[in-house]
Amino acid sequence: MGKKQLASRLLQMLIVLIGISFLTFLLTYLSPGDPVRHMYLAQGRMPDEAMVAQQREEMGLNDPFLQQYVRWLGNCLKGDFGKSYSLNKPVVSLLSARLWPTLKLTLMSMALMLIISVPLGVLSAVYRNKPIDYIVRAITFFGVSIPNFWVGLLLILYFCVKLRLLPVVSSGGSFKDLILPAVTLAIAMSAKYTRQVRTAVLEELSSDYVVGARARGVKEGKILWGNVFPNSLLPLITMLGLSIGSLLGGTSVVEVIFSYPGLGKLAVDAITSADYFLVQGYVLWVSVLYMVVNLLVDLSYNYIDPRMRLRR
Amino acid sequence: MEKKKNKFLSNKGFMIFAFLALLIILASVFAPLICHGVDPTDGDLANSIMAPSREHPFGTDKMGRDIFARVIYGSRTSLVSTFSLVITIFVIGTFLGILAGYFGGWVDAVIMRIADMMIAFPGLVLAIAVAGLLGASTKNAIIAISVVSWPKYARLARSLVMKIRHTDFVAAAQVTGSKTGYMLWKYMLPNTITTLVITAATDIGSMMMELAALSFLGFGAQAPTPEWGSMLNEGRNFMSSAPWMMIYPGLAIFITVVIFNMLGDNLRDILDPKTE
Repeated sequence: MGKKQLASRLLQMLIVLIGISFLTFLLTYLSPGDPVRHMYLAQGRMPDEAMVAQQREEMGLNDPFLQQYVRWLGNCLKGDFGKSYSLNKPVVSLLSARLWPTLKLTLMSMALMLIISVPLGVLSAVYRNKPIDYIVRAITFFGVSIPNFWVGLLLILYFCVKLRLLPVVSSGGSFKDLILPAVTLAIAMSAKYTRQVRTAVLEELSSDYVVGARARGVKEGKILWGNVFPNSLLPLITMLGLSIGSLLGGTSVVEVIFSYPGLGKLAVDAITSADYFLVQGYVLWVSVLYMVVNLLVDLSYNYIDPRMRLRR
Repeated sequence: MEKKKNKFLSNKGFMIFAFLALLIILASVFAPLICHGVDPTDGDLANSIMAPSREHPFGTDKMGRDIFARVIYGSRTSLVSTFSLVITIFVIGTFLGILAGYFGGWVDAVIMRIADMMIAFPGLVLAIAVAGLLGASTKNAIIAISVVSWPKYARLARSLVMKIRHTDFVAAAQVTGSKTGYMLWKYMLPNTITTLVITAATDIGSMMMELAALSFLGFGAQAPTPEWGSMLNEGRNFMSSAPWMMIYPGLAIFITVVIFNMLGDNLRDILDPKTE
């Protein structure tokens, strides 16, 4: 990626971010609940009409939509995402406290996914249409068809309730707490990723240089790990980036199941208690994170694929 | 047409899974018959949390409702909402994609930038936000997932239209005075429809799971409507005392998703022999 491309890419990110912030704000604006009423109820006070009206005026909720949006966006840029009224803390400190547990969970399940799917995918590509390939394909097929929240529940039922090996509620601190949520997330993802590894490796295996190398008597193992696998890395890294993104959003279900103290659980709780500032902050944070990850993935091509560097 | 029909009938896998899918649809249509008139919302607290028995093959839940009846009736909610969802994103995505590809210029720019925005964004995050903020209901869950899922179809339709947009037969049709609406309907749509139908068919399973996930989080179907995702959520609290409350609804989702995924894969093999 050249400097020019990088600049246009950053500009695009900015536009998308503005669009997303507008959409989130619009949604909260349109949503049927009244934040002031929710705030009073969260504090355990019965709101009366005069109090609500006064508070609305103070919070600027009676201003025109665009004015409210611009003010909110300006505050966000200054790092002030408002205050969560259900938890009575600044949104920024809540989100940053939950960021690391979610990242830890994401990284752990990604690592598990790679450990499972790379060998399986390569194996099933190399032994195409042999029994091993059929078995792997059957497993991946069931893997993509099984809802991950059900997998999570079954794992809890077996390992926590029946065998009592692991804690049911994870505090997110120790390694033990991470195992089951990470396994749950890894199962569905590994199934998808194994298929993609298989396709990518198969495509490389059918190219001319492989035929040539075989004709010259190069050992099969050397062709596979020396040429085919490195060449099929590019599409795989793209998909890896995409799956980090879907993980950031997709962890919420699993976090809820295991009561894991991450961003997703926080967001679901925030929505349930109509904590609008927290929801808005969460959506913005996750989208920024997602875009940064995708940018890093694209930048990494420069290092993985020498052709990219030459093209400049 | 005759030839096409044979292709469907001679594909054994397709016929088997089409038959199984039909069975599920029939089960949901004739739910009252299958359940012998047991009402899925009618609880009897004296019979709450009973293990599976002859009277209640899948046991009962905390309200004493028959889980077998709830699973069977739940297929109605799941199937109707999944099909509405897939049809919605199919229609919206195809329509916008064809417009973008055919007209190009600013129409293309506006539609595709919005699509980019949705794609550059982790889907479930926005879906959860939309469903939660609009209020929890099946309809809002469908809207939420539609909002983040249509761009895939729009991109596909656009690229297919762009492929034929500048071919001679399109130019000839335009020169001979075909109106724009006619062009879109008679030339652009037929060229995109096969690929898009395949995509829609293979998407049914994953869409069903996403809807169930939203319901599981409490942002979809509301009590007392029987729905598999929300049943799993109810069963979660009784995991050690009544595991059947979460096993059967989950199994129902799994089996249905497997059947529709298989059906989609087989359909793709029939309609598009190029892909594996």
